[in-house]
Amino acid sequence: MMFSKRTKEHKPFPWHLWVFLGPGLLIYLTFSVYPLLDTLILSLYEEQAGQSEFVGLKNFITLVTDENWSSAFWNALSNNLQFFAFHMLLQNPIGLLLAVLLSSPKLRLASSYRTLIFMPTMLSVVIIGFVWQLILSPIWGISEEFLYSIGLGQYFDAWLGKEGSALVTLSFISVWQFVGIPMMLIYATLLNIPDDIIDASTVDGASPMQTFFHIKLPLILPTIAMVSILTFVANFNAFELIYAVKGALAGPNFSTDLLGTFFYRTFFGFQLQQGSSTMGAAVATLMFLIILVGVMLFLFFIQRRIQRFQF
Amino acid sequence: MKLMQVFLPKNTSAGQMSKSVTIHGILLAYTVIALFPILIVIMNAFKDRKGIFRDPLALPTSETFSLVGFEQVLLRSDFGLFAWNSLLVTVLAVGLVILLGAMAAWALTEYRFRMNLLITFLFAMGIMIPIRLGTVSILRLIVELNLVNTLTSLVLVYIAQGLPLAVYILSEFVRTIPKELVEAARCDAVSEYRIFFSIILPLLKPAMATVAVFTMIPIWNDLWFPLILAPSEETRTITLGVQQFVGQYVTNWTSVLAALTMAIVPVLILYTIFSRQLIRGLTSGAVK
Amino acid sequence: MRKVCSALPSYKLACFATLLLAGMAQASDTLYVESWRTDDANIWSDTIIPAFNKHHPDIKIQFSPTPPTDYNSALQAKLQAGSAGDIITCRPFDASLQLFDSGYLEKLNGLKGLEDFSDVAKSAWVTDDGREQFCLPMASVIHGFIYNKEIFEELNLTVPKTQDEFFKVLAKIKSESRYTPLDMGTADQWEAATMGFQNIGPNYWKGEAGRKGLIDGTAKLTDQAYVDTWKELAKWKPYLGRGFEAQKYSDSQNLFTLGRAAIYPAGSWDIQTFNNQADFEFGAFPPPVLKQGDTCYISDHTDIGMGINAASKHKEAAKIFLNWMASAEFGELFANAVPGFFPLSNHSVAIKDPAAQTFISWRQQCESTIRNSYQILSRGTPNLENQLWNVSAQVINGTMTPEQAATETQQGLEQWYGPQQ
Repeated sequence: MMFSKRTKEHKPFPWHLWVFLGPGLLIYLTFSVYPLLDTLILSLYEEQAGQSEFVGLKNFITLVTDENWSSAFWNALSNNLQFFAFHMLLQNPIGLLLAVLLSSPKLRLASSYRTLIFMPTMLSVVIIGFVWQLILSPIWGISEEFLYSIGLGQYFDAWLGKEGSALVTLSFISVWQFVGIPMMLIYATLLNIPDDIIDASTVDGASPMQTFFHIKLPLILPTIAMVSILTFVANFNAFELIYAVKGALAGPNFSTDLLGTFFYRTFFGFQLQQGSSTMGAAVATLMFLIILVGVMLFLFFIQRRIQRFQF
Repeated sequence: MKLMQVFLPKNTSAGQMSKSVTIHGILLAYTVIALFPILIVIMNAFKDRKGIFRDPLALPTSETFSLVGFEQVLLRSDFGLFAWNSLLVTVLAVGLVILLGAMAAWALTEYRFRMNLLITFLFAMGIMIPIRLGTVSILRLIVELNLVNTLTSLVLVYIAQGLPLAVYILSEFVRTIPKELVEAARCDAVSEYRIFFSIILPLLKPAMATVAVFTMIPIWNDLWFPLILAPSEETRTITLGVQQFVGQYVTNWTSVLAALTMAIVPVLILYTIFSRQLIRGLTSGAVK
Repeated sequence: MRKVCSALPSYKLACFATLLLAGMAQASDTLYVESWRTDDANIWSDTIIPAFNKHHPDIKIQFSPTPPTDYNSALQAKLQAGSAGDIITCRPFDASLQLFDSGYLEKLNGLKGLEDFSDVAKSAWVTDDGREQFCLPMASVIHGFIYNKEIFEELNLTVPKTQDEFFKVLAKIKSESRYTPLDMGTADQWEAATMGFQNIGPNYWKGEAGRKGLIDGTAKLTDQAYVDTWKELAKWKPYLGRGFEAQKYSDSQNLFTLGRAAIYPAGSWDIQTFNNQADFEFGAFPPPVLKQGDTCYISDHTDIGMGINAASKHKEAAKIFLNWMASAEFGELFANAVPGFFPLSNHSVAIKDPAAQTFISWRQQCESTIRNSYQILSRGTPNLENQLWNVSAQVINGTMTPEQAATETQQGLEQWYGPQQ
């Protein structure tokens, strides 16, 4: 996915190459790739009374066909798709809007806005879970009183506790928390656009809207594509917020269960449910494949069409 | 009118002014949305338990004002040490992630070599699989290296955790650097190292600052690896230290809120340091 | 930035060296206690460890608790990699049995302290054949209802003994006051199963008789006793607070201690919290029986045990410590330091806390049992305990009927459990 179209004349042995790549790669291989592969391989085994036995793809077949596992798996997958759709529709457009506004020329207080809007992203999920449950709680009355004061009191409900609304509510919280990430990435790219390009366009009489759609947007498209991939990957690995607010059983009736919480329950166990490193590894492998396929499709259909510009 | 001058540059025309007002209006509105819950946290950190739940929206009054949360945190836990541990781990890990990440991103995008695709794929894999999955193998490795209950173990794991994203984002930015710049330098027989450190690295500053911010947050807030790899009293990080106030049946919210409110300060400082680079990046881009 | 980065390597080396040294210093002759009871950290450091060190000043103890929700997974990982502490706090039944079967827990047969415990107390930590003991029983918790005495006086209510009385009291609180009659939520799900289903159920399924019936296959979860339990739970709904679907366990505690709720379905562990937080008097009553004169049954659940890490280098010291934990001295210290956790040893222990006294007095009046999903029945997939959380919460929320709950859990059990097939 990071193919290079650049070429370089050949040299005897590219020492510099390995000086650049070596240290990072070494740490990464040791503390990430090896442990991950070492664990993923377990998905092909079955453990019984301390003995592991090679069983091929059996765990995967169980996972997608055995009713006990598959209903939970498909449920988590479908919730995850909704969770992702929500972020794409809300988080990234808001992030884009904020980044564009922040980068408007001569904007006062830009860095204050940026810092303050980025604050939620920096918070620990412990705080976020606590404060949003406090705000949305029907018992302590913050959001209910607020809705009453603007005349919408009858629409208040125990959103986090209802099957129909819990996932959406959690998505909102997650969007609120992470909007800073697309904002920062797009903002950094916008900063990189040389002023003379924008000035040239303004001199040519383009309106700010035209400048945005004809000049800036094409230039930040690669970043938007990157943000989309990162959102996709992050959403399909999401775990902490759900775990902090709804626990590993992701209630009510698993309506907030994501692949991340499903994996956690399977791999580490929960309450009286024993963790299974083999089934857990199978869930993780499947998650990895889903993400991989998603990213590949994205790269194939979208990234290829995006032109990159160099200033 | 004085207030307006804070928001608006001098000598603005009516059209610019209305545009400016709209921009400030939207940003201000979103800032309120972003900050409101945080204000509730900070406000309630200064109240006692009853004060929190009797009326969570009320400002601390003489009756409900209480520093008991802060007292407990400072007296019953070694908060200063925890903060220092967190800071040390975060700064070391983030520093190494952006340096090693930039070097690797440069190597992978600039040079064509046989294993490029494989290594690129390996790095991409790290973004897609949560490193938590490898916990048992990682812990085994750390036990064998005799690094249990050391901050080193955390730094190593966090580097491994942060690198894939850093390599991915930095590679995207490396691609926007004009080829001519590098080729001109090569014609002048500048060494590959100097090309990277004197030409590329300065250009990557804004991107590195962004990556630093993204890498820093999950490390600062991580509970899992401190819990597994370095749970001892001397190596505890803030996030783990706070957990002693989260009980099986009773959570001491006053202390948790106080501790986590204090824990925001160091990240905010780090963030400010990094985000300075964002602005400098702007000017250096203009000079170029 | 570049300056910082290029300065890093030498700085890094210096840091690493000091950190490594700090790591080495850790390996001393201290017994590390793994536990999920973060709540008890102060009691260990201020009371339990000093009392033990009076007898054995040479054995150092370090209590190092893990946040409760992460305890099982963190402990598992540490045991697998060999970095777990010497003394392991044991969850009851299968969670610990599995650790023992995997060779992580030391066999305790022959440990002198075990003689002070009844077989019932020990049953949560033996192998299925009853031969091997792997943890020393430490404490049990009892279910019931805690009520606000001031509200009861204000509304002129008497403590209900039968279910009829119970619902009359609830109806009266609802109609005559603004207090929340029954203080429980379903957001965390476990209260619905633990404080609801397992709390009131033993009266229906006759305690141990019903529990053993499920295990040997003579009873089914679709039997009337279980359906009736869920039917009673469904009747709770109108008396719960508004928006109880999003009410967390901590919300319930706060609602009660702020004096805004009358009756609180409880575990005895709540006593300690309420002692610290409530500024009114509270009392307790056992789950009301069906009709006057019926035998009452209570859930008196073996909850905490103590075992030894099989890989520990200090097993002898650990055994000395466990033997001391079996003593009357420890029982009395612990029961009074953590009211609501009741010692399981045969020593007679004087409990000073009034509410805790009420709870423990039920052991004389009623028949004791333990939670029916804990022994054997939560070994398979689907997991019975998880199902009970889910269906009990749904029955209270009104999104599932009691009959559906019974069918779903019974079908789950039949899928993997021989005696039920």
